[in-house]
Amino acid sequence: MLQVILKRIAIAIPVILIVASLTFFLVRMAPGGPFDAEKVVPPQVMKNLNAVYNLDAPLIIQYRDYMFNLVQGDFGPSFRYPGRSVTEMIFTGLPVTFELAFYAIIVAMIIGSLAGVIAAVKRNTLLDYVPMTIAMIGICMPTFLLGPLLVLYFGIYLEALPVSGWDSLPGDKILPSITLGAAYAAYIARLSRGGMLETLSQDYIRTARAKGLPEYQVIIKHALQGGLVPVVSFLGPAVAGLIGGSFVVETIFQIPGLGRFYVEAAFNRDYTMILGTTIFFSTLIIFFNLLSDIAVLLMNPRARSQT
Amino acid sequence: MNQESSLWSDAWRRLLANKAALAGGIILLVLIFLAIFAPWIAPHSYSYQNLELGAQPPSSEFLLGTDTLGRDLFSRILYGARVSLLVGFVATSVALVIGVSWGIVAGYFGGRIDSVMMRIVDVLYGLPFIIFIILLMVIFGRNIWLLFAAIGAVEWLTMARIVRGQVLTVKTQEYVLAAQAMGVSNIQMFRKHIFPNILGPIAVYATLTIPQVMLLEAFLSFLGLGIQPPMSSWGTLIRYGVESMEEYSWLLIYPGLTFTLTLFALNFFGDGLRDALDPKISSD
Repeated sequence: MLQVILKRIAIAIPVILIVASLTFFLVRMAPGGPFDAEKVVPPQVMKNLNAVYNLDAPLIIQYRDYMFNLVQGDFGPSFRYPGRSVTEMIFTGLPVTFELAFYAIIVAMIIGSLAGVIAAVKRNTLLDYVPMTIAMIGICMPTFLLGPLLVLYFGIYLEALPVSGWDSLPGDKILPSITLGAAYAAYIARLSRGGMLETLSQDYIRTARAKGLPEYQVIIKHALQGGLVPVVSFLGPAVAGLIGGSFVVETIFQIPGLGRFYVEAAFNRDYTMILGTTIFFSTLIIFFNLLSDIAVLLMNPRARSQT
Repeated sequence: MNQESSLWSDAWRRLLANKAALAGGIILLVLIFLAIFAPWIAPHSYSYQNLELGAQPPSSEFLLGTDTLGRDLFSRILYGARVSLLVGFVATSVALVIGVSWGIVAGYFGGRIDSVMMRIVDVLYGLPFIIFIILLMVIFGRNIWLLFAAIGAVEWLTMARIVRGQVLTVKTQEYVLAAQAMGVSNIQMFRKHIFPNILGPIAVYATLTIPQVMLLEAFLSFLGLGIQPPMSSWGTLIRYGVESMEEYSWLLIYPGLTFTLTLFALNFFGDGLRDALDPKISSD
């Protein structure tokens, strides 16, 4: 068991390093330097700028320096915002994005697994069809459409909720959290329904019923653990989607999180910021994939022997 | 050969019996028809700007209204369908070609080749591709062909896994062993025996990949990193719709509805196809 986990970690570390190196060279391949964007700069100034940002060194030396600093958690200075380091910007935006993602996951888990479990238990009734149809709509309606529609209805038409900002008006966290969580609620509903249906047909459930346990105890005590395994294994990859979703949601609702910083950096061609955030996001995704793999191993005894 | 044709006719019958899938299929056919014949169907030019006209609500002259530059929204949605569907089909084909060849080679040769190839897939699976695609679009410019290639390059991984699994099963069947004993060459083996027998799952997965690809394209276009003007996909239309939704809500609602309806149709059709081809695994 411990060995399996250690093996996974041993694979993850080189992958992160490869991602970092790949990103570094990709960004360096970009046509044009970071400073020749808007106006012509005198050659001397250009030279100084390049020296300050270590761009005059040979590529391999730059790479060595960057990786060396990276391991110590230093992502270098931002090209666009002089005087601010990328690390500093990541840690300004990160708490906001984390909070948003956290609420979204809570919304998704509660609504999704509740709907899925009820649909499985009440299979082929209205309580199955209605939530599953809504879930299908939730999967087909992209975040960048759902968000504006919610803004249009609750913010502009009903004037019930604030439509932008974060932590500035009461209730301004509600719409972003729902927008980001909705698609996951839909996926989780489908996954937990499928998982529960399969678990409910197992022999040990029949045994539990046969010994006279009330149905709700059968479900809560016996079926849930097996039935929710697909949901747990979905949570890791879901983080990747959540990060992508945060780009959209933070842009729509003007939330000062890391996702918006990244999209802005992509527009401004702030290469060090892109480089830093890409590596940071990648590490985060790889880490959460690892975490959900381990959680699945812990929850499902059969998977332990398979790996 | 006989058994195969009956498999397909059985599947066809089951597909026709599935109302949701059938409706999805019909919607798709209509959309493809509209997209192909857009230049003849569109009542107005999609790019002609009439600034004096401005944004008009839907009327008999402009079915779905006009945008802030006075362009007919219905025509723009028709032309957007061309771009969005094209991205869906082309990027899925890229994924199909890479994924199927990778999966067949890994599954058929097995052993070390298989374990190395599938380990590569495992590692790539863990990578954050959304971020990489954005990176590529930023660095190499917002080029539609690059978009096709980048999205296709992401989506082939699952295809490779599915195909490999299928090949592993088909490989141990008696007819394959018999063909091997008769000394059939590898190429012949793929063409005659393996490929026809794994076509079903490939068709199903390809259908279900198209909506994912279209979502990805729309996501990038929404962020402003995808299709660039004067071309417009549904993603870009939604982006412009959001910008002016407070005064002109139809600019968001109609492109959004069209897009959601299309994804709906594709998903229902794909699910139906899966049920029809493999009645055992009905739904996830």
